[in-house]
Amino acid sequence: MARMDARAAGVLVGPPPAVPRARRRLWRTLRRGSGPFNLAFLVLVVAAALFAPVITRYDPTASEVTQRLRPPAWQGGGSRAHLLGTDQLGRDVFARLVYGARISLIVGMSTVTISAVLGSGLGMIAGYYEGRLGAVLMRAADVQLAFPFLLLAIAIVAVLGIGLLNVILILGIAGWVTFGRLARGQVLSIKQKEYVEAARAVGASETVILSRHIFPNLLTPIIVLATATVANNIVVEASLTFLGLGVQPDLPSWGNMLAGARDYLYVGWWMSVFPGAALTLTVLTMNLLGDWLRDYLDPTLRNV
Amino acid sequence: MFRYTLRLLAQSVLVVAGVLATVFVILHLTGDPASLLLPPSASAEDVAVVRHRYGLDQPLPVQLLRFFVGDPFARPEQRQTTIGLSGYGTGQVQTRLRRIRGAIFGDFGDSIRFTDQPAMPIVLQRFPYTVQLMVAAALYATVLSLILGTVSAVRPYTLLDQAVRTFAILNQSIPNFWMALVLILVFAVSLGLLPSMGYGHWRDVILPAITLGSQSLGRNTRLVRSSVLESLAQDYVRTARAKGLPERIVVARHVLKNALIPAVTVWGLDVGNLFGGAVITESIFGWPGTGRLIVESVTFRDFPTVAAAVFFIALVFVVVNLLVDLSYVWFDPRVKLG
Repeated sequence: MARMDARAAGVLVGPPPAVPRARRRLWRTLRRGSGPFNLAFLVLVVAAALFAPVITRYDPTASEVTQRLRPPAWQGGGSRAHLLGTDQLGRDVFARLVYGARISLIVGMSTVTISAVLGSGLGMIAGYYEGRLGAVLMRAADVQLAFPFLLLAIAIVAVLGIGLLNVILILGIAGWVTFGRLARGQVLSIKQKEYVEAARAVGASETVILSRHIFPNLLTPIIVLATATVANNIVVEASLTFLGLGVQPDLPSWGNMLAGARDYLYVGWWMSVFPGAALTLTVLTMNLLGDWLRDYLDPTLRNV
Repeated sequence: MFRYTLRLLAQSVLVVAGVLATVFVILHLTGDPASLLLPPSASAEDVAVVRHRYGLDQPLPVQLLRFFVGDPFARPEQRQTTIGLSGYGTGQVQTRLRRIRGAIFGDFGDSIRFTDQPAMPIVLQRFPYTVQLMVAAALYATVLSLILGTVSAVRPYTLLDQAVRTFAILNQSIPNFWMALVLILVFAVSLGLLPSMGYGHWRDVILPAITLGSQSLGRNTRLVRSSVLESLAQDYVRTARAKGLPERIVVARHVLKNALIPAVTVWGLDVGNLFGGAVITESIFGWPGTGRLIVESVTFRDFPTVAAAVFFIALVFVVVNLLVDLSYVWFDPRVKLG
């Protein structure tokens, strides 16, 4: 959420001062060129999630008592059988990493789908009809935004209980606010446009105006917000799980790996470094991809 | 101006009321609070007594009202009753039930973990520690982001600029809890320079503050950089340069001052992020603040304390944002009052 504000502020920035043209162009190319690389990394993560059983022969939940706390293969005491070492129960870190991508992606994608559908639907209604319903929806959004997102999630998980499904539903539903506000703001300005007026003049029904004339113009900002939100929600899920308030403790998720690693910082650095790095890289590439996507989808910002 | 202030105030009061109602709903999702207050072996009679005392046998709107304002018509002798619970442990366990004064008076009932203690004072007692940590984190993030953002904006598209931007985006992308683990690994485990947890010594605050401030640091560095870039292109900067001011003074006096406005306005948003981050940071570093209290209370299923803490933080958040909105108008006369 906060990330979007920084971005919005960034949009207002004028052209930089006298900087050699060529150097600026190079920078822009680099930034835009990073898109395919980020995409490639994400494809890798998705592939890992999809083909996890093919990539590793280990069961991410099976523990080998004799193989506990093995360091990575290249360190003394490590073996080639466990590339990234094993954890305190003798589970293969690499296997858990690969299977962990599944949970992160499932949470990221499904929560954002719920939020985007719910939020843009409600936001469009609030923006198009304004009136009392719109006002009530926006006050509800104000109330929800008074809670720091992580705290709200903790409070609800605390009473409803942990679990993958609960986390997805809570993050998904609570996430409607940002999408709702975005959609409402966009609709408020779009519905004043001439083409909407024209559609109304030729007698188009409200359903047609909303779905054919307004909705397509909402898509770009919603997609851009969605990429940022996927990354954000993956972190929130991992944070909740890390605190023991997210998915079930027996699921091989990155948050659970880090929670387990916390008590073994002095003896097993690999247990905390690899899942954290996987999480950070995924989030980082998603954020960069979001920036790139925004530049790509919104030509008016190309020269910024 | 006055009307604008009043309207903002009224809006904030409404939001706080909404926050309270939300807390009520969340508390109700817990199921029957009576079962939480009583040991599993309590008899059905005991449950009925507790349910009646807490008004849980009343219709929902009445319960909501009682949650807000308590029971103003209760007679003094009803304010405190003692009931005996049978069959718990060796003998009779006495549980005292206090009359709840209602959430608008800051009374969310008694803590389940610390028996007989009202929840709110427990939260308030822990809050200063969170403020200490937040101030340290905000100081670190603000000072460093100003320096880095300015340095990278006055030499745009250089190697230094690139390094700063990478540092900023890394700070923004690394999740708080992993940042904490890595910092502990490097500074406590490998180098042995700083304590990995605790509270008391000034060195204890360094790692938690760096962890908690990382998100703001990353975001604010990028923000300062772009707003300094923007103001460098303004006419008044060209004028300042034209009259022969040294570049250092141009940047310090003309550029930074104007670039600060957008940076300051996101401060209100930062407070919300800092509260969220404090939950994690405090839990990892054993910091005795409200964030850790919340996690502990959740583990103990101490819902009155969770409710009091979450409400209090939301209240602080609303007040801070109100002040930011107001200061916006006071400090920048160009802002039109809608």
